[in-house]
Amino acid sequence: MPVNLFPANRASRAPLRLLGPDGEPLARKYYSETTEKDLDADEIVRGFEVDKDKYVVVTDEELERLAPDKTRDIDLTKFVRADSIPPLYFERGYFLTPDGGSEKAYKLLAEAMAKDGQAGIATFVMRGKEHLVAIFSDHGILRAETMRFPDEVRSVKDIELPERKKPTPATVKKFAAIVRKKTKKKFTPAQDEEAAALLKLVKKKRTRRSNVVQDTGEKQTKDNVVDLMQVLKRSLAGR
Amino acid sequence: MAARSIWKGVIKLGASKIPVKLYAAVSDRNVRFHILDKRHERIKQHMVKLEDGQEVANDEIRKGYEVEPGTFVILTEEDLESIKPKPSREIEIGEFVPTDQITQQYYERPYYLAPDGDEKNYFALAEALAGTEREGIAQWVMRNKAYQGALRSQDGYLILATLRNAEEVISAAGLPKPGGREPSQKELGMARHLVSLLADEFRPADYRDEYRERVLKFIESKAKGHAPRLKLVKAKRKTTALDSALTKSIAAVKKSKEKSAA
Repeated sequence: MPVNLFPANRASRAPLRLLGPDGEPLARKYYSETTEKDLDADEIVRGFEVDKDKYVVVTDEELERLAPDKTRDIDLTKFVRADSIPPLYFERGYFLTPDGGSEKAYKLLAEAMAKDGQAGIATFVMRGKEHLVAIFSDHGILRAETMRFPDEVRSVKDIELPERKKPTPATVKKFAAIVRKKTKKKFTPAQDEEAAALLKLVKKKRTRRSNVVQDTGEKQTKDNVVDLMQVLKRSLAGR
Repeated sequence: MAARSIWKGVIKLGASKIPVKLYAAVSDRNVRFHILDKRHERIKQHMVKLEDGQEVANDEIRKGYEVEPGTFVILTEEDLESIKPKPSREIEIGEFVPTDQITQQYYERPYYLAPDGDEKNYFALAEALAGTEREGIAQWVMRNKAYQGALRSQDGYLILATLRNAEEVISAAGLPKPGGREPSQKELGMARHLVSLLADEFRPADYRDEYRERVLKFIESKAKGHAPRLKLVKAKRKTTALDSALTKSIAAVKKSKEKSAA
């Protein structure tokens, strides 16, 4: 079942740019301390440190050849109860959209999973790396959450948490009562208050015309930004 | 190897205060490369002007918010300081929700909590959360950043997972439904049958990052001076009609089950 992938998470909305003393946009560059020269992309390599200052260079091509099949197919190996996966494993979300005439299989899978409260466990390849994912049926849409591998999740033993102690029933009861009393039916996500405060401050400074700089250079920065949301919506609608 | 706690706080719930220590519950195991020049020497990064490539010293760099293309509002260190949340040790639990309410998309980074002097209340809260099948919605400030998180019970211990905020999550509820014909009852029945045949427990230990292992093994043999020849694997793409695909899948699953039963 071929699918397309779209990020289901996005960056916060107040990114700051680094500027020069007169407000000129800056770029990050690699340079060599020995030659004091900037290095272009074709002048740098990727090295793995096998010993102090001893590196094994690995090329893009080698990594590509080590990567598994570049297929967009998702290899569903099993289904588990959607609520049985500890949240420790979840990393990032992606929406899957049907591709190449797979609408029917897609809808069928989404509906069957939703009916029985199941999530699919699958592996698939994204950006040259094999990912372990859990696939959830979410309002008729399939959403894949990439998961951490078990050796990336630490256990209670690794951390050496103290032995469990049996709490007194009275204390448990006291807390359970508070928990029940303060329970809301639905979760309300927090707003990014720091971003809101930053935007408010930016607005204030802009109205006062304090610290506003204009870049006279020709390099515009916000051009050609693809509106991913529009592409995602079109893809779901099958257009 | 005993882990080191990264932060200390106090869970505030009603009149109770439960001191805790935070430990990272996950560690990234990606293969880490260094960027080198062609002589295999480590290199550095610096900031240059986009316009002419001239270097700008660190103490001359300013931060700006782009209000429209090419126009920036400069934010000084004092400006940025003024919008930072006030430091505090309190982890405030305002409300609780049933454990199936937070979609997986929100979970960002999990931490284990360890009791820090009050084991009685710590384990009682963990048991109360497990028994009621709820998780607490926590607010706290850690290292100059305000967090919302989920306080959960796992295997008798407390974990606190930071949650993404509303702006960072795209909700499926707001997206158009996929196009195409609705599946028939018969097809849905077959699909559910297939799902039930493949139903199992989630066993994380069954999975390994094979790509990471391959990369590390390759580096090891290259370090010894004999890089193995690598073949490029061809992508394969099969297209089968859905009906026959379902029938075949069901048959294949049944067969392998019979085999493992025998």
